[in-house]
Amino acid sequence: MPRPHLYLLAALLAAFGISHFSDRIDPYHLYVLTGIGINIILAVSLNLVNGYTGQFSLGHAGFMSVGAYLAAAVSLFLGPKILGDSGGTALQQGFMFLAALLAGGLGAALAGLAVGVPSLRLKGDYLALVTLGFGEIIRVIFQNVEFLGGALGLNGIPAYTTIFWVLAVVAVSVFVVTCLVNSTYGRGFLATHDDEIASEAVGLNTTRYKIVAFVIGAFFAGTAGGLYGHFKMTITPTGFDFTKSIEIVVMVILGGMGNTLGVILAAVLLTLLPELLRPIAEYRMIIYSLLLIVLMLVRPQGLFNFKLGKAKS
Amino acid sequence: MSEFLQQLINGLSLGAIYALIALGYTMVYGVLRFINFAHSDVFMVGSFIGYYLGKHIPENTVWGGIVILLGAMLGCALLGMLIERLAYRPLRGAATLNVLITAIGVSLLLEYSGQVFFGATPRTFPAVFPSANFNFGNLVISTNQIIVIAVAALLMVGLQLIVYRTKIGTAMRAVSLNPKAAQLVGVNNDVVISFTFGLGSALAGAGGILYALNYPSIDPLMGVMPGLKAFVAAVLGGIGNIPGAALGGLLLGTVETFVNGSQWSTYKDAIAFAILIIILLFRPAGLLGKFTVEKV
Repeated sequence: MPRPHLYLLAALLAAFGISHFSDRIDPYHLYVLTGIGINIILAVSLNLVNGYTGQFSLGHAGFMSVGAYLAAAVSLFLGPKILGDSGGTALQQGFMFLAALLAGGLGAALAGLAVGVPSLRLKGDYLALVTLGFGEIIRVIFQNVEFLGGALGLNGIPAYTTIFWVLAVVAVSVFVVTCLVNSTYGRGFLATHDDEIASEAVGLNTTRYKIVAFVIGAFFAGTAGGLYGHFKMTITPTGFDFTKSIEIVVMVILGGMGNTLGVILAAVLLTLLPELLRPIAEYRMIIYSLLLIVLMLVRPQGLFNFKLGKAKS
Repeated sequence: MSEFLQQLINGLSLGAIYALIALGYTMVYGVLRFINFAHSDVFMVGSFIGYYLGKHIPENTVWGGIVILLGAMLGCALLGMLIERLAYRPLRGAATLNVLITAIGVSLLLEYSGQVFFGATPRTFPAVFPSANFNFGNLVISTNQIIVIAVAALLMVGLQLIVYRTKIGTAMRAVSLNPKAAQLVGVNNDVVISFTFGLGSALAGAGGILYALNYPSIDPLMGVMPGLKAFVAAVLGGIGNIPGAALGGLLLGTVETFVNGSQWSTYKDAIAFAILIIILLFRPAGLLGKFTVEKV
């Protein structure tokens, strides 16, 4: 992709443009669009770990929850002190939200580092289990911290998330991941995925690549969590359980691992699907799970992966 | 002291159930090398089979309880073999991740179908076996706990006999050791794998009935947590290792019960995963597993 910075700029401008028309968009559509955006961020960031680097993480929702809680805590506890009783101007609120999102992202990245350093020595199924375990532990901890609402969760989070913020973070995350894997440094992720032993033999520090991928993935998961919290205005520990992690993993796999465009399409499709199936609400999750099985049987390389002749076991 | 013994008995009866579920995970992992996420939902279906059978069979009778137990085992065995035939067999030889996702799909399918067909509200499981409490000093042991431990022990001994004393058991071990070589010496891998699923699922069905005896509120999502913990138990004992799964289950159930009785009770769901992480970091092959060096 030539001149990726221009793409980013264009995407940010487009986000800004769309946000000016958001009053005229049907609120339901806006709601669905926000959900799609958040899922794209989650799926694209997990794709860096599961797709490009070839490590199987099942704990993405855990990092999302760390970000959601930290960002919400910043807005709820620090916000009133900084912005004062009036709530501040729109611009001040914007900066406040940016700070909250960054805090959430950095917190999640730190959690990613703490989880990644010990567990990335493990491979395949075992890594999946350890990340799953960490995700569940993070959830149980949040359930027990009274300060953050315990099992009831945090309520009354200011509704800062607008379509502009969502689209902007989507643009940034896609930009960062694309540029990273296409850079000279980033080839190491692909090498780690393709053959770890060969990569080590030519002098790549594969553990380091795995940890970098994990931390960056966790950062964006945390930011997505921040957006989610300020969108739903209430977060509970059970909203970030094992099922949520699976949902994100499914997007990555259906999109075709290590294929950013495919993963984005899969995130859009899998967010829209439950909405489209809403009229037959009772059966929609049955259809969702059946589709998942059938797709794996018919197109194991992912729905949107058109690369030929590459089957890796 | 009696407090300790009481907790130990409660822990062992919970652990026996974990062990039964863990055996299914470990056997499937042994022959196919993947985590059968749908296993925990087969366990749930086992409870529901018991629930519906219980409506036609008089409660509180020993023979009725045995019929329900066997019915659930048979039903689950058929379900497990059906799942293997329809969802996993077409993917034989595909990447592990794809099989894993299919397993997750099957798991979701069972859970959501359960919510539609059984209803999402919890049901009360009937008292299938006659129950009484025995008091030994301060110690209270219910007949249900005795039944759980006795049935689990019986099934585990039976499994050990099948795996080590029968022809199909030998074939199972051969497939788990080296599928290609097993095929070369004339083992029909598909039959063996199908049998393994049936056997593991039957144990999960028995686990479902035993679990519901002690915790008589059942719903379509009841399998998720016990399933995850049973998998932890399988890894703890050494995945693919049958005595290891039994040991891991008993250990995990006991530890969890003790944590539940302490001031840290709200952390009981986290303890299983903490154990999992510690064991994987320091002894990745599990307590009884053999450590294998990776060869290029």
